[in-house]
Amino acid sequence: MPSLAGFFFYMNYKIENIKQIIVTKPLKLDCGQTIKDFPIAYETYGKLNKEKNNAILIFHALSGDQFVSGTNPVTNKVGWWSTAVGPGKAVDTEKYFIICANVLGGCMGSFGPKNLNIEDNEPYGLKFPVITIRDMIRAQESLLEHFEIKKLLSVLGGSMGGMQLLQFCALYPDKTFSAVPIASTASHNAQQIALNELARQAIMADPLWNKGNYYKDKKIPKNGLAVARMAAHITYMSDKGLQERFGRKLQEKKDYEFTFDADFQIESYLRHQGNVFVDRFDANSYLYISRAMDYFDLSKQFKNGLVEAFQNHKTKFLIISFSSDWLYPTKNSKDIVIALNASGANVAFAEIKTDKGHDSFLVKELEFLETLKGFLDSNFEIFKNEK
Amino acid sequence: MKNEFKIIVNLLPVQSRVLDVGCGDGTLIEALIKQKSIDARGIELEENKVKQCISKGLSVIQGNAETELAQFPDKAFDFVVLSQTLQAFYQPVNVLNELLRIGKKVIISIPNFGYWRVRTSLLFFGKMPVTRSLPDSWYNTPNLHMCSIKDFYQFCDEKKIKMNKIIGVNNEKTSSINRINLEMKNLLSEVGIFLIS
Repeated sequence: MPSLAGFFFYMNYKIENIKQIIVTKPLKLDCGQTIKDFPIAYETYGKLNKEKNNAILIFHALSGDQFVSGTNPVTNKVGWWSTAVGPGKAVDTEKYFIICANVLGGCMGSFGPKNLNIEDNEPYGLKFPVITIRDMIRAQESLLEHFEIKKLLSVLGGSMGGMQLLQFCALYPDKTFSAVPIASTASHNAQQIALNELARQAIMADPLWNKGNYYKDKKIPKNGLAVARMAAHITYMSDKGLQERFGRKLQEKKDYEFTFDADFQIESYLRHQGNVFVDRFDANSYLYISRAMDYFDLSKQFKNGLVEAFQNHKTKFLIISFSSDWLYPTKNSKDIVIALNASGANVAFAEIKTDKGHDSFLVKELEFLETLKGFLDSNFEIFKNEK
Repeated sequence: MKNEFKIIVNLLPVQSRVLDVGCGDGTLIEALIKQKSIDARGIELEENKVKQCISKGLSVIQGNAETELAQFPDKAFDFVVLSQTLQAFYQPVNVLNELLRIGKKVIISIPNFGYWRVRTSLLFFGKMPVTRSLPDSWYNTPNLHMCSIKDFYQFCDEKKIKMNKIIGVNNEKTSSINRINLEMKNLLSEVGIFLIS
């Protein structure tokens, strides 16, 4: 096993801020390679009760990390799901024990392309194996063993988090009482792959990307990664949401400047989103994780398609979609509902009416938060009495 | 809980699988789970009511029964319940066929247009009836295809749908309906509950 110090040689954060387990069990990846003795970073919120029946596992999305709530110790910004998770929030940390892991391939302490390869003592870069959503889930499963949790109260995840969640339920049907995939899909479609490809090409077109080999000189492909993030950000918002927030408003100026600087507020906003992203995210991780999303097609793992994935499952599902989400539209969620119904699974479904687009699950969308809270609280009561 | 729901709860056997179509705020589903340990699910069109159901821990999907029952396999449920909604569909016959496909048996209740108060409203006052079970005015009623107990009885007869049980409901009173007392019950019942297959 490579030394832990080695792992953090190229990291942009302090090791004391990151909790980790080392997964010693060999994991055979979908690509054929086997990995072992690799780190999975995680964070927890709240307290695990004596009965161990109040645990909720959250899966993060493409650009997320394990710092769900409170202050992210690396970026010093609020956790990415602070709107929903925290004391007294919809996912109440005074009541529930929350676990979130950084995905395999990520860049916040879990095994990823910027880790050192013991073979040549260089960061993996593109030598890192191509991973899948299923690999991510198999890698995270050790966390349940670590906390000695037999059955979770719930698993939650939006976007790519929802894909991980569906994969988790398909692999380990008895390990969670309930599940809430939000604004997600069971299969990445052509448009979703196309948008990810756009992001990857932006990164790879940056000369500093250097075929993934950029860690040593610390000249990272900032411009490419920023463009990737800008493009992605557009897909997270709705046409109406953008128009209402930015319209044609100009950025701290009275008139056009007849240059290519950011005249419009929307330009300035996107540039800002791109710039802050490159400080916290690794470009190669973006390639690997987005690739894993594209390979995700749960139906392909079962002979009889998606219906078979949930056959005889007792898990209580709540599927949530947002009316203005065009990246993972309601149709994607309904396909999951249809498959669950066809397999006789226990399923609830709600489409939340909102202008906030795909990002609705991350912002203060009351209808959504109330629905999520109602589902979790009522199911906690049912789960407690079941034991 | 309204009398109609109490009757439906009584009709359904314990631990069966039930789908409540147009389940509203989930009152019936809750009663079925609590009183009969029934595995009850629901489908409801209105977002707000779906939210209420989900907050009670009920498995209710938001959707339009007119178009979305196709997702359920044949005989997916022991019973499918449709409470006072059949008349509000664009194509009630199609919906009815779907209900009979996905449920081994179907319980349908209809607000009876043959009820004497309904008849007198039109006969003596020349106005569209507004009653307890038909509370809306002509301009805002969701009801498109009103029928009487007798109409639905004859419809089932013609379509060779088996009527296992018919119950007439008038306020707190209930009575069994058959071929012989049909005319009378059609006049005296506010709501008719049909168990068909």
